[in-house]
Amino acid sequence: MSSLLDTPTAAPTDVPVSRPAGRWRAALGLLPFLAYLVVFLGGPLYFVISGALSDPDGRPTFDNIIASITQPQYLAAFRQSLLLSAVTAVIGAVFGTFLAQAVLTGRPDSPLRRIMSTASGVLAYFGGVPLAFAFIAALGQTGVATAWLRGIGIDLYASGFRIDSLTGLGLTYVYFQVPLMLILISPALEGLLPQWREAAENLGASSWAYWRHVALPVLAPAFAGATLVLFGNAFAAYATALALTSGSIPLVPTAIASALSGNVLAGQANVGLALGLDMVVVIGIVMILYLWLQRRAARWNKR
Amino acid sequence: MRRRRWRVVVLALAAIYFLVPLLAAAEFSFRKPGGGYWFGNYLAITTNDALLTGLLTSLQIALSTAVVVIVLVVPTAVWVRLRFPSLAGVLESATILPIVIPPVVMAAGIAFVQANLDTPLFRTMFSSSTAALTPFYVVLALPFAYRAVDNGLAAIPLRTLVEAARNLGAGMAGAIVRVVLPAVRSAVLGAAFLTLALVLGEIVIARILLYTDTFPVAVVEVGRSAAGVSVALSLASLVLTWVLLLAVSFVGGRRAAGRSSS
Repeated sequence: MSSLLDTPTAAPTDVPVSRPAGRWRAALGLLPFLAYLVVFLGGPLYFVISGALSDPDGRPTFDNIIASITQPQYLAAFRQSLLLSAVTAVIGAVFGTFLAQAVLTGRPDSPLRRIMSTASGVLAYFGGVPLAFAFIAALGQTGVATAWLRGIGIDLYASGFRIDSLTGLGLTYVYFQVPLMLILISPALEGLLPQWREAAENLGASSWAYWRHVALPVLAPAFAGATLVLFGNAFAAYATALALTSGSIPLVPTAIASALSGNVLAGQANVGLALGLDMVVVIGIVMILYLWLQRRAARWNKR
Repeated sequence: MRRRRWRVVVLALAAIYFLVPLLAAAEFSFRKPGGGYWFGNYLAITTNDALLTGLLTSLQIALSTAVVVIVLVVPTAVWVRLRFPSLAGVLESATILPIVIPPVVMAAGIAFVQANLDTPLFRTMFSSSTAALTPFYVVLALPFAYRAVDNGLAAIPLRTLVEAARNLGAGMAGAIVRVVLPAVRSAVLGAAFLTLALVLGEIVIARILLYTDTFPVAVVEVGRSAAGVSVALSLASLVLTWVLLLAVSFVGGRRAAGRSSS
């Protein structure tokens, strides 16, 4: 993850792309990748959108969409999902940034860095199944940490904690949010030039003043962008909730899954697709904000 | 010295938060019902048919997913670096996208096709877990595979290597397969192992499409009756993938260090 910023991007001067025909031929090289995404990502999205906008017989209607944003159980699901995503994104972002800075101030080739960068890759992308079971083993009713805390006089379950509650789920989500933050924010932290700190110190700035007036304003767009990705990541995630709670917490993905499986009512499948479309819209807004922040963050990389 | 202290505090907090659940899971996985410790939970993989066939299915899916991912990503990443450096930023941002694409939404779209479009093509595609899940796991794996491979390409003199290969008479495909691929093999292996991690952890699409014979789904199922087995096997798959990645990182790091010192 360190090489993203270390390496100057190749100078495009010697590339014979001036002829438009050559440029178009070169663009063909990207076709397999793009075609694959269009078919296997665009395809499912197309059917979600078309299904969301039609009734079970295929006639166009807005009823599904309206149902998906007005029925109380779906509103509750959205409220829980948004709360869970926002809280774990902010906690993960703040702690992840501190952790990234702590790791980066070590030597570049230290074992600590290798362990952190490989572990964060696995944890950020593994999905939540092993994490769910690890947290059940630690903080479940018969969990190891639960028993130990009870031993020193803190009875979690007597005070109302449950691992398959929203709090327990949030605690588990942070476990993959922090590693993802580590991956996303490290390039920006590495982009803080030592000269800036030296310049600030020569002008008499304290460490705090350097962070307050130099580093944090430079980092702000990257930090905000990464926080948005974390939000989207938690909002989209479902594996952890599925493994941890088997669907007892009403989140949007839970609502989609039960609408699709026909647990509720026949003909609910289209409402499930409409909920899917709602999720895509939320994610879309988040991603547009992210791309805008990314452009602002990139100003500091042109050096 | 004040800077040292906050670093220790942060690393200690991280160690507690990240290690306690893992150590707890390890202790839990060795617990024997009725007291004492044993390996029984790990050995369930050899005696439980659903788990064993699930593991074989998932390894098959992981292999086919990794092959498709590498075939798609390596030439594209090389091509972008050589011919469209201006697009690098766009693709960098685009690779974030599948991180936030909800698997549940993808599954909903696929389930619609599965239920409503009955043509020979789709029937073949949905006939087995491997055939049905691989194409979509590829989509989920593309972002970090692209990132990993692109980081690998950034660390080698790509343009020089490709031009040298072409001057010696290699075609573009030959240059990629015989020159670039070996040079970035640790990055490619890293991408393959992250793909393995993804396949061993994905339950949402498999569950919704009712392909319940994959390893992670079987692990979750067995957890309803034997929590220890679930904890043991999911911990084992997590640690195994991480050790594979760590090994690749150390081998790759040593090669890079050797190259720069020579």
